Amino acid sequence: MNMTSTVFYPDAEPLPMSARQMLRLYAMEAWAECLRMARTPAFMLPTLAFPVVFYLMFAVLIPGQWSSFQKATYLFATYGVFSVIGPALFGFGVGLAMDRDSGLLALKRVAPMPISAYFLARIAMSLLSGLVVLLLLSAAAFGLGGVKMPLGDWLLLMAALLLGTLPFCAMGLFIGAVCKGQAAVAVVNLVYLPMSVLSGLWMPIFAFPALLQQLAVIWPAWHLAQLALGLSGQLKAVPVWTHIGVLLAFTGLFLALAAWRLRGR
Amino acid sequence: MRERPLSTVAGLTGVTKRYGPVTALENVDMALHAGEVLALLGPNGAGKSTALGLLTGRLLPDAGRVQLYGLDPTLTAARRRIGVMLQEAKLPETLKVRELVALFASYYPAPRAVAETLALAGLTELAGRRFEALSGGQQRRVQFALALVGNAPLLFVDEPTTGLDVEARRGLWQTLAGLKAAGTSIVLTTHYLEEADALADRIVVIDRGRIRAEGSPSQIKARARGAVLRFSSALSEQLIAAIPGVRSVSRVGERWSVQSADSDALLRVLLTADPALADLEIQRLSLEDALLSLTGAER
Repeated sequence: MNMTSTVFYPDAEPLPMSARQMLRLYAMEAWAECLRMARTPAFMLPTLAFPVVFYLMFAVLIPGQWSSFQKATYLFATYGVFSVIGPALFGFGVGLAMDRDSGLLALKRVAPMPISAYFLARIAMSLLSGLVVLLLLSAAAFGLGGVKMPLGDWLLLMAALLLGTLPFCAMGLFIGAVCKGQAAVAVVNLVYLPMSVLSGLWMPIFAFPALLQQLAVIWPAWHLAQLALGLSGQLKAVPVWTHIGVLLAFTGLFLALAAWRLRGR
Repeated sequence: MRERPLSTVAGLTGVTKRYGPVTALENVDMALHAGEVLALLGPNGAGKSTALGLLTGRLLPDAGRVQLYGLDPTLTAARRRIGVMLQEAKLPETLKVRELVALFASYYPAPRAVAETLALAGLTELAGRRFEALSGGQQRRVQFALALVGNAPLLFVDEPTTGLDVEARRGLWQTLAGLKAAGTSIVLTTHYLEEADALADRIVVIDRGRIRAEGSPSQIKARARGAVLRFSSALSEQLIAAIPGVRSVSRVGERWSVQSADSDALLRVLLTADPALADLEIQRLSLEDALLSLTGAER
């Protein structure tokens, strides 16, 4: 190969960006992601409507008491869990798989954008849609279900549920890293619905056969539900740190699996 | 030619890239000089897009060194000097053209104004449209706008005019020529010699992972020029193949089919060597065919 030309690099220094510009980059990325999903009815309608509609059917139309449990409050906690894991699993799992298929992820990787901005934008979108559906659910619970809860407890419950989306973001990330486009939709549904049912999010866990009740410990959603039921006063003496530890372990596991999978290509 | 010294802004040095058992690039050296338009020309699957993927930090080489302004292109900060248009990238369908351009502008320290970018890419009228509501050609223009909005001194465009009609293609060529006049360095991949000829200062012909030829468009065209001679003769294949300028020899029925860069010289040698030569037919190669013969690709 003929390489006779003088080889020197005129600007061998990285171009800096100010902290303000970086902050703006992250904010723009998150805003664009939220805008994009907010305009996607196939994502927004099921995400927002399903938990509230199910709650209205099971807790409000058929009110009552299960021994020591107050049905409307109990299901408020478990449907709260159901509400926040949907956007996390779909946003990350399906979103990432679609972006890999469409070549958008490749374009983002050659653009001068830190890839963390992409993932943080998806987390922001999951949290925001989680928050919106929790507010709708709260309105149904307090307005129609007759649920009573001190403001402080309610705020704590909302915070726990929103933080609790992280293991499901990680799980979605892994699914999106493994599956292609439409396959990710199928896999997410196969995980989301059975996990929700078997973790006792739709019907209380004590309605299930003993074996399934014992098996519930394998689902991260069950652990988050235990925390939510504790915070809403339905369960006493919940081993809070055990559940938090398990949820953190799930998060770490799926993050590691996803990173391994994404690095391999 | 050039008076000022050439400065290299990006390059591959001894780069090999494999995908499993497939070698996409083999020990490739390539340098891009400031202010020039370099065309990577070759058939599909030649390794052009792989070279682009390496230079833009999306792929890692298995061997060799990739440099972008003296830096590793996988560094985000190194890529602030480049704008990239990929061959296949569907943008978020529900975002509007202006929103997409503004989003990509936020990735750069000193971007071009959004309105100016839209005008350059011919999108001013479409700024309020969602990406999903655009035609294929319009979507390509949005992708072009995203490459322009950073006001980067170096542009990478992968098959820029694929899917564009003739008019849109001319428009894009004009815009690229304008950017070059303003000092932007450009790397483009194409499988059309016509496109490389119209835009590039220098062409690198690449095929099956190797560089097959390099030079100015006129040099490449001269090298690619040629003809096919068909004739009946008792001469042996080795003898014909040894004549200077002969690229390939094959048997078609009773006749030899010989491809040569210099058909006049070939004819003189043949007629001297075999006065009984008969059934002669000479056919000029089209540029595209000649290029394929240059890269040695199978037809």
